[in-house]
Amino acid sequence: MDFRLNEEQQMLQDTVARLVRGEYSFEKRLEYSESELGFSESFWKQLGELGLMAVPFPEELGGFGGTGVEVQSVMTELGRGLCIEPYLQSVVLGGGLISQAGNEQQKEQWLAGIATGETQVAVALQEPQSFYNTNDVETTAEKAGSDYVLNGRKAVVIGGHSADLLVVSARTAGNSRDAAGISLFVIDANAEGLERRSYPTIDGAKGCDLFLNNVKVGADALLGNEGEAADVIEYQVGRAISALCGEAVGVMEVACDLTLDYLKQRKQFGVPIGKFQVLQHRMADMMSELEQARSMAILAASVADEPQSDERRRVIAAAKNVISRSAQFISEKGVQSHGGIGMTWEYNFAHYAKRLVMINHQLGDDDFHLERYAALLEAN
Amino acid sequence: MNMNYTAEELAFRDEVRAFLDAKLPEDIAAKVKGFRKLSKEDHQRWQKILSEQGWYATHWPEQYGGVSWTPVQKHIWDEESCRYGVPRSIPFGVNMVAPVIIKFGSEEQKQQYLPRILSGEDWWCQGYSEPGAGSDLASLKTRAVREGDHYIVNGQKTWTTLGQHANMIFCLVRTNTEVKAQEGISFLLIDMNTPGITVRPIITLDGEHEVNEVFFEDVKVPVENLVGEEDKGWTYAKYLLTYERTGLAGIGLSKAALTHLKQLASRRVKNGNPLIQDPTFSQRIAQVEIDLMAAAISNLRIVASVEGGGVPGAESSMLKVRGTEIRQAINDLARRAIGPYAIPFAEEEMDQAYDGEFLSDPDAAPLAAHYFNNRKLSIFGGSNEIQKNIVSKMILGL
Repeated sequence: MDFRLNEEQQMLQDTVARLVRGEYSFEKRLEYSESELGFSESFWKQLGELGLMAVPFPEELGGFGGTGVEVQSVMTELGRGLCIEPYLQSVVLGGGLISQAGNEQQKEQWLAGIATGETQVAVALQEPQSFYNTNDVETTAEKAGSDYVLNGRKAVVIGGHSADLLVVSARTAGNSRDAAGISLFVIDANAEGLERRSYPTIDGAKGCDLFLNNVKVGADALLGNEGEAADVIEYQVGRAISALCGEAVGVMEVACDLTLDYLKQRKQFGVPIGKFQVLQHRMADMMSELEQARSMAILAASVADEPQSDERRRVIAAAKNVISRSAQFISEKGVQSHGGIGMTWEYNFAHYAKRLVMINHQLGDDDFHLERYAALLEAN
Repeated sequence: MNMNYTAEELAFRDEVRAFLDAKLPEDIAAKVKGFRKLSKEDHQRWQKILSEQGWYATHWPEQYGGVSWTPVQKHIWDEESCRYGVPRSIPFGVNMVAPVIIKFGSEEQKQQYLPRILSGEDWWCQGYSEPGAGSDLASLKTRAVREGDHYIVNGQKTWTTLGQHANMIFCLVRTNTEVKAQEGISFLLIDMNTPGITVRPIITLDGEHEVNEVFFEDVKVPVENLVGEEDKGWTYAKYLLTYERTGLAGIGLSKAALTHLKQLASRRVKNGNPLIQDPTFSQRIAQVEIDLMAAAISNLRIVASVEGGGVPGAESSMLKVRGTEIRQAINDLARRAIGPYAIPFAEEEMDQAYDGEFLSDPDAAPLAAHYFNNRKLSIFGGSNEIQKNIVSKMILGL
């Protein structure tokens, strides 16, 4: 047993850390966030040039053949820097869906661009009524000759505002929450009938809701077999959850560091407030939450690229449940320990606090995953 | 990153399983799994089997009759023995006083006491806490005054676990009142049959006699029973506490308790369905199982770090808090699972030998008492608040 990163993984993580340190001061992040693109184009390009976007892809695509641990190594550092580039959406989830479900031609057409960052992908799996259930799909794709015509609305597509390509789930058969009958389509962002209502997110990124009004795509836009996308989506969301756990750990690490520093510096009643036991114990609780989160991130990474099984499903659900709760705990207790300054826009902690809570709202919250886990509970 | 056992470690696990399959008495395992009380005879019978296998003293060097397991092997033993329902070793002799004697004791003390611990001839108990010295252990007042070849001991110890069975007690006593509290403490080995010692039971809220008060009135203790140097006892006590904390998280015990809970919840019925399928209850189980999964990995991370030459530090304190909270949560759910049958205090049904009609589930009777008994988990071994103090000081530097 050895829980340390190997030399290669450590080098990978160090590379990302150096890049983030160079490009992501707190002030610069605010600029990126307020720009029209909503993130740093130059940082995005460098992620591509340094091969970091190719990490999960096979070697023939210039990739690393990396699995859960390597992807987390990247994501943890992006988390530490509170980076707002849509790496998770484009590389991990978008790239993952196309890798798993796409035919040779589709992979050839899209993956190289994703692996360099030339193509930015956003993934639209949620709908206004779906509440994290990716099988709750009401958007329809009707066959018209050899084409498909899509109608419906997809909700909170992070990175969708600027994406070149959108991977969209739509129903080709069945009723609204059936697993069967869900299909995936890759749609050009400029397709006719596609409208985006873009918005900033509360944690500094950008996204959109997607309105599909008779969007016509060819059969070559269909990813995988018609009506059989539910398993692919579940599997790739599992990989994305593992990656998100990696990010969350990075965000939590910095949030804890900042809080601990503050406890040592801030003086009241003539002493650093970290001398007060009530604050010491709260800080110890935050560290303990971080340790639990780290453990579950490691466990999630270890199953992320394993074949699907109930054990993998359980671990992924458990990891997201733990991470979501730890993240919210550290966010709330961290703000409380900071007092007023933790509430301000100008202090970086507040931005970490916001990201931590929003991680709970991505890819299923702690309740959602608790229900999933309970449904998979074994009697023994 | 590698979370798997090596081939040698897997072979060791097979060896452990084969041993437990062959040698663990069924009646003892059934008591342990059902949270029923073990007798002194049960403990001694099992200790004899373990000693014959050479697996009793897992914290001792081989030269004294111990077994030199790696941290991973110790972990495997812990996991498997909890799963099988092996009684927890009464730690006071084998895992607490013995490591202190081995590290700080005289050659005579080693020769006198270690073989008797191995053979089960001596039953040790711990004389640390006092009525006025709990979390603030260094404020202890039991006094030992040197008179010729003896110390004269006066004072009172409390929370002495299974002291009613013990013939030996190791005590922290004050030998110097002129210096800082920590600097005037000595570590004494005392024969419980010495005149002037009185043991009085403390009955805990579950009706059990597990702990005691021990009174010392002009008790004469030979000076050769002093461990190490006079007034240096605090150092030895702290060394011992690191052994006490090891394993206090009880991950293996929680896993066994969770298995018991899920079996129970599969038999119990609510709204015509197995309780384990009830939406609320299944989520409660799911939450504690998830938290245990995380704690188990945290535990493995500590094991792997120690295996790699690290020293378990304040991480164990964090895990003690987490692990005991989880175990208490499982005990809480087991109590809930029997619904109103948590209320009857059916002592006769708590006896493994009971062959009458059960009020409810055969496993039900001890569950409420066990829940109350295990409120101790977050209090003993350094209360969970003390553990957080340790984290604050050692890890956070606050």
